[in-house]
Amino acid sequence: MSMASANAQPVERENYLNKHYGVGSWLFTTDHKRIALLYLISITLFFFIGGFFALLIRLELLTPAGDLVQADTYNKLFTMHGMVMIFFFLIPSIPAVLGNFLVPMMIGAKDLAFPRINLLSWYLYIIGGMMMLHCMLTGGVDTGWTFYTPFSTAFTNTKIIEAGLAIFVAGFSSILTGLNFVVTIHRMRAPGMTWSRLPLFIWAHYATSIIQILGTPVVAITIVLVAAERTLHLGIFDPKLGGDPLLFQHLFWFYSHPAVYIMILPSMGVVTEIIACFSRKRIFGYSFVAFSSIAIAVFGFLVWAHHMFVAGISVYAALVFSMLSYAVAVPSAVKVFNWTATLYKGSIHYDAPMLYAFGFLGLFTMGGLTGLFLACLGIDVHVTDTYFVVAHFHYIMVGGALMGYLGGMHFWWPKISGRLYPEGWARLAALIVFIGFNLTFFPQFILGYLGMPRRYYQYPPEFQVLNVLSTAGATVLGVGYLLPMIYFLWSMRYGKPAPDNPWNAAGLEWQTQSPPTTYNFEKEPIVTWEAYNYEELDAPHKEEVPVAR
Amino acid sequence: MFDNFPLWPDRASTAAGNVDALFIFLLIVSGMMTLLIFSAVVYFAARYRRRDGIPAEQIEGSTPLELTWSIIPLFVFMVIFVWGAVVYFKGRTPPRDSTEVYVVAKQWMWKLEHAEGQREINELHVPVGRDVKLIMTSQDVIHSFYVPAFRMKQDVLPGRYTVAWFRATKPGTYHLFCAEYCGTQHSGMIGSIVVLEPAQYEAWMSGGTTGPLSATGEKIFAELGCSTCHRSDAQGRGPNLQGVFGKPVQLEDGRIVTADENYIRDCILDPGAKRVKGFQPIMPTFQGLVSEEQVNALVAYVKSLAKPGESGVKPAVAVPVKSAANQTAAKGSQVQ
Repeated sequence: MSMASANAQPVERENYLNKHYGVGSWLFTTDHKRIALLYLISITLFFFIGGFFALLIRLELLTPAGDLVQADTYNKLFTMHGMVMIFFFLIPSIPAVLGNFLVPMMIGAKDLAFPRINLLSWYLYIIGGMMMLHCMLTGGVDTGWTFYTPFSTAFTNTKIIEAGLAIFVAGFSSILTGLNFVVTIHRMRAPGMTWSRLPLFIWAHYATSIIQILGTPVVAITIVLVAAERTLHLGIFDPKLGGDPLLFQHLFWFYSHPAVYIMILPSMGVVTEIIACFSRKRIFGYSFVAFSSIAIAVFGFLVWAHHMFVAGISVYAALVFSMLSYAVAVPSAVKVFNWTATLYKGSIHYDAPMLYAFGFLGLFTMGGLTGLFLACLGIDVHVTDTYFVVAHFHYIMVGGALMGYLGGMHFWWPKISGRLYPEGWARLAALIVFIGFNLTFFPQFILGYLGMPRRYYQYPPEFQVLNVLSTAGATVLGVGYLLPMIYFLWSMRYGKPAPDNPWNAAGLEWQTQSPPTTYNFEKEPIVTWEAYNYEELDAPHKEEVPVAR
Repeated sequence: MFDNFPLWPDRASTAAGNVDALFIFLLIVSGMMTLLIFSAVVYFAARYRRRDGIPAEQIEGSTPLELTWSIIPLFVFMVIFVWGAVVYFKGRTPPRDSTEVYVVAKQWMWKLEHAEGQREINELHVPVGRDVKLIMTSQDVIHSFYVPAFRMKQDVLPGRYTVAWFRATKPGTYHLFCAEYCGTQHSGMIGSIVVLEPAQYEAWMSGGTTGPLSATGEKIFAELGCSTCHRSDAQGRGPNLQGVFGKPVQLEDGRIVTADENYIRDCILDPGAKRVKGFQPIMPTFQGLVSEEQVNALVAYVKSLAKPGESGVKPAVAVPVKSAANQTAAKGSQVQ
């Protein structure tokens, strides 16, 4: 992690990276920016573990027969792929890395409200992650990430409790991060940083934090109940013991549906910042975009049973949950329209972050619209539990959330690392990811409507062509994901030193040096302007060169 | 690999057309929305690409526009919702006088038993043009009965019955999949639905059978000694079961439930839970003593007692429905 090779300038300014050296200075840091980097390294590790599982899944599905791995191995692969990607990559991804780094800086604070709790969050995440790794290396789990009972409590003999505990511990990391953000956003805004001047990234993280705080305890309780039934044979979910298997599904989805918004809302926040910067404009309909985040967080808690339309719930319950699911679609649509309208009469730059934002717009729109199909009772009966669902949630959670994450990593990389990434490679990677993603997941919509169930190790031969296309796409996608990791690492040593504000972007985080000092700002900023004041930034009298160093 | 490469699934039930029409409508609506958004993004991105000396024009936003693009989508969504609900309701409500098939799922096979007594494994023969009602339960974990060509899917749960129905419209052999992950051989828990012309179906049905399912049930009913208490006069220590099926029953705790398949099932396996008013809790549980197939046979037998002409004595237990509110309560309680 040495930043010493300063080939361009003789003396590097003091910043959060070079202030202290040594392993201890990282493992005991309370600096939100260093903790963000700890998260960055750890989630990247889990991303590639989860990606490796995905690769094996796609290879197995190249042929209709089960030939590459055993059936049990395959079942463990998709289970571990889901658990790792959801609990150890997607949920922490943007909040714990970019959020951790940027929330204090964007509101003009020195750090989060509870720096030591922030470090505790990371340790909880790592402990959970190590437990999950141990669980995977010593046998793994084969229930699917959904843990449906009574299979998980009375039938499988894999390591349910260990995996559950890993998620339980990591869940507390998520709760504490959310709590930290909420308190920070309420209490630590710089003078003049009113709620209506907050960057929309902050609004998105505020909404996300509410879900993390209110939702995660429910999944924790559910895990405890599963463990109790499995070890003590308490009759909670297993009908043989007097329990109700649908109760599990209600509890599970009460968290796990809002969890999707934990993944996508921060990504929406990132994309909002990027679109404003690279169109050089205020966001169209600021307050509508801000409140749509809150609306999504609130409505998101009221739609969980749309995962259960064929599970045996009453038709009347299904009716209510279908209607509420359409209600949550409206604020998402509002966001898309506002982003589009922001482009109108802008001055649009095609730098790599913007390409990722465009990619996000395309993939999220398709993911969102296919959500309309699934919320529709008559169609859900046919396509639920098929590849249609798999394609849909990958469009949202990988197409949407991951595109946003990568866009954000590019956008703020100069701030985080103090170096510029190679722009040409970055644009190429964005293109490869977009093409690879669509090639991987679009055929799965067709597969789903044809009726191929998900979690199938073998499949009838008529589904092969589409599966081959999907596997081919996955290899392209894999290249697209490897590229940024390579050139980001490369740029840490060989990249050009970044100016303080390489994009001439609005936002307090750009008004301090790159990389920032430990306490972010020389003196507490006083905010006298609205968010996205690109008009002032681009005004001719402001045309000075960005801080010649 | 390319020999058989469909892009649209077979359409072999009355429901399939309804679902497809709705699906195509949604494809058109979402296609139009996609086109609208994509073309706006592409047009703006090209038209307003950065040009030196032309700054961006700052626009605050517009409440009328925001309302427009909230309300119009909401209206479209509600149309989709209502249409979807109609299709769903049709698919969830088995017509009266459907042919009944009992389904028992287990890791990893489907056991199917026709009301007429034919038993099949991983294969179900049905005639074209007749409503078939599936009464399904699982011996172990949750499974899901999925026939893509019928656009029909229903989870199959342990400890209760779930119900689905279809009417096949086209002879042929169609996939039966398990759609809810159920363990090692989940993807091997597949079978086929063989749809036959009525004449062929009659021929198939005339094959070997042990007699109707209700007759099997009657035998079990006698063997287990049920008939000593559940007598067909009013003198039994248990309720008289003549004509009970499908009627409301008043319970000891004051609830009124409909005596449907799930209720009869619960009474056999957990007699104390929903005891009929006025009877002592003397019935032992048959949990673990009877197989799922035997429970199905017993249910079929009790059901047969409700058929007109077969019930001799006035049933002792069914009470008249007192009010509309009670009726709703009864309906609500039978669902789960």
